[in-house]
Amino acid sequence: MLGRTANGLFWMFRYLERAENTSRLLDAGLRMSLTRDLVTAEEEWRSVISTAGQREAYEAKHSSYTGMQAWDFILRDKDNAASIICMFKLVRQNARLARNAISGELWEAINENWLIIEEQLAKPVGENKVIETVATIRRAGTMARGALNGSMLRDEGYNFSLAGMFIERADAIARILDIKYYLLLPSLSYVGSSLDTGQWDTVLRSVSGDRAYRWLNAGHIDARNICEFLILDNRFPRSLAFCHSQLRENLAALARLHGTEGRSNALMRDADTRLSEMNIDQIFEQGLHEFLIDFTATNAAIGEAIAADYRFLS
Amino acid sequence: MSGDAEFFNEMRGADGTVRPAYSDYCKWFDNQDQKLLRRKHGEAETNFRKTGITFNVYGEDEAEERLIPFDMVPRIIDAGEWRRLTRGIEQRVSALNAFMHDLYHRQEIVRAGRLPERLLRHNEAWLPNMVGFTPPGGVYTHIVGIDLVRTGPDEFFVLEDNARTPSGVSYMLENRETMMQMFPELFLRCPVEQVSDYPRRLAKSLVACAPDCAGDRPVVAVMTPGIFNSAYFEHAFLADQMGAELVEGSDLRVVDGRVAMRTTSGYKAVDVIYRRVDDEFLDPLTFNRDSVLGVPGIMDVYRSGGVTIANAPGTGVCDDKAIYSFMPEIVEFYTGEKPLLSNVETWRCADEDSLKYVLDNLAELVVKEVHGSGGYGMLVGPASTKKEIEEFRHKIVEDPDNYIAQPTLSLSTCPVFTKKGLAPRHVDLRPFVLVSPDKIDITPGGLTRVALKEGSLVVNSSQGGGTKDTWVLKD
Repeated sequence: MLGRTANGLFWMFRYLERAENTSRLLDAGLRMSLTRDLVTAEEEWRSVISTAGQREAYEAKHSSYTGMQAWDFILRDKDNAASIICMFKLVRQNARLARNAISGELWEAINENWLIIEEQLAKPVGENKVIETVATIRRAGTMARGALNGSMLRDEGYNFSLAGMFIERADAIARILDIKYYLLLPSLSYVGSSLDTGQWDTVLRSVSGDRAYRWLNAGHIDARNICEFLILDNRFPRSLAFCHSQLRENLAALARLHGTEGRSNALMRDADTRLSEMNIDQIFEQGLHEFLIDFTATNAAIGEAIAADYRFLS
Repeated sequence: MSGDAEFFNEMRGADGTVRPAYSDYCKWFDNQDQKLLRRKHGEAETNFRKTGITFNVYGEDEAEERLIPFDMVPRIIDAGEWRRLTRGIEQRVSALNAFMHDLYHRQEIVRAGRLPERLLRHNEAWLPNMVGFTPPGGVYTHIVGIDLVRTGPDEFFVLEDNARTPSGVSYMLENRETMMQMFPELFLRCPVEQVSDYPRRLAKSLVACAPDCAGDRPVVAVMTPGIFNSAYFEHAFLADQMGAELVEGSDLRVVDGRVAMRTTSGYKAVDVIYRRVDDEFLDPLTFNRDSVLGVPGIMDVYRSGGVTIANAPGTGVCDDKAIYSFMPEIVEFYTGEKPLLSNVETWRCADEDSLKYVLDNLAELVVKEVHGSGGYGMLVGPASTKKEIEEFRHKIVEDPDNYIAQPTLSLSTCPVFTKKGLAPRHVDLRPFVLVSPDKIDITPGGLTRVALKEGSLVVNSSQGGGTKDTWVLKD
């Protein structure tokens, strides 16, 4: 496979995952804003925009945080390079670029959803439509993953697609945790009554983990458990541990196909060892923020090593 | 719908009777629910959008990808008509290939006084680098599109030869796919020749032209200018269908005397490049030192026999409309036979007598630039205003060598589906021809382009034309 094509597949799935993660954040924010008074709602929208990494761009354009304005910026503002419309445009562009390396089913899943999303986002999205729009974006991700799973040849293209997806997902989860880490410090658990369990709920919802968490914890909710779940629980497909175990498998498959290991495999092994030797108490001892900074940097380094190992650019 | 006496209607004769090629189709059509057909017509467009069969329009930011309108009434050619056409096409294409070889070698045709030497000197597509060089297998024009128009039951004319990089074959294939999805029962009733194996035939034909240094399974790549090119969809489509890599100039590099593509496991030699980029974007060392596009040194590899480039650089000479006007002489010179396919009568404005005739009759004529393509830079006299004609007159007087003129042809019509039922529209036909060292292979069918505007004679997609599925019936 061409290095440029591999790069196209890798980024196609990264951008798709990013658009989807943003839509999950937005979903959690919408939910929150429905149950808050106006002052907290403004606070909540600021938090959603910050978590999406779009605060600077947003504040360059707007001086206040209101729901409609915030979701318009996140969903369809073409000046916002991280908006869902811009992300999805890049998804499709990369799919076009790698057109002869993906199945017709996968191409059509991307292309059809692009046509739907483009139409839904052509005009400002009203309050009665926004939840539906967010669902459309998530469904686009689900359909693309389904087509990838059901129709793509299990060769390197498949592995590059999944590698991009899990690197992006791990990055997004780590960022969400880091932005909310002050809510998750164990010391705050003692404050108990003053802390809003609704905030924790939002963290879980941001990664669509509220249901799975409740199922595993029978309704008992605390910061330590949430962190353990989102960082170390290998059963949850949006935990850091799960993302890295999937990433490891795909990088191992690439090394087997190419008959040689690269720097990406070495970095992955190190990261694996470190994560598997940690329990949640050690993470808190080291400092959650420090742990997350370290994790994000390693995750990014693996991404760069993949690009170099497989000649994405030169 | 009645026949229009002025133009040859391919479905119905002047007396309104259905011509034999269309009889099965018309029987089927007359039994269809018109409302249902109208709905299907809309579905076809949705289908094209979903599968992404679009072309990009240069210089338009919004709606940069457009659909070429598809008409669901097939254009039907019977077996006998097609046989006669293929004989003429074969003859013309083998003459074109021999002509290219001669032009870049001894130029016998010029020595024999059958072609003026100045036509080569002034031809922008002429490549001095090709002189004395014979491409692998002696093939210059691997893929040719011959544009044909029809004016009567037996009157076919060649309007243009596309020997450089003919496009549109993906529409031939996707139009058929769409028709089979929409009307499967039609294909049970009408014996239509298949076109779907074109990509396999193309791959086979390209492999047959591989250089001697290629291994048992020559590596083929399709070279595209990139995703913003107007025909990118077709480039990706053909690569996908042939199981070939789709490369850009930046993926290629000369490594150890071969052209190689950057794969995830290092550089890998390419044997045959089906390039859909213009000559000047092949090699910055040879063509354009300021260009960042292309593969530095590829022409050296080519000249030393390390790679096949299809079509060969410099074949654009044949697309020149002044050369076109000599095609009857060219066919006769190289095949020793009278041409089976006629040219459209052509006045070369470079000749003084012709120029005078052209200027006196501008309102009746179609005037084209010799290097133009895509329906740009032309004057359709009868469809133009006095002002447009006068403006064009100035251009011709200033640079007569740059223009040729042809009579406005009474192009045949085919019915298209409109809100008010079937209505005749003008059509042309581009069959696709593959050339390998031992074979000229013509896929039975081609791309029918149709001028959707009532009365219009311009079928180019850039000028509001559409396409139709083209059926060649079995015997």
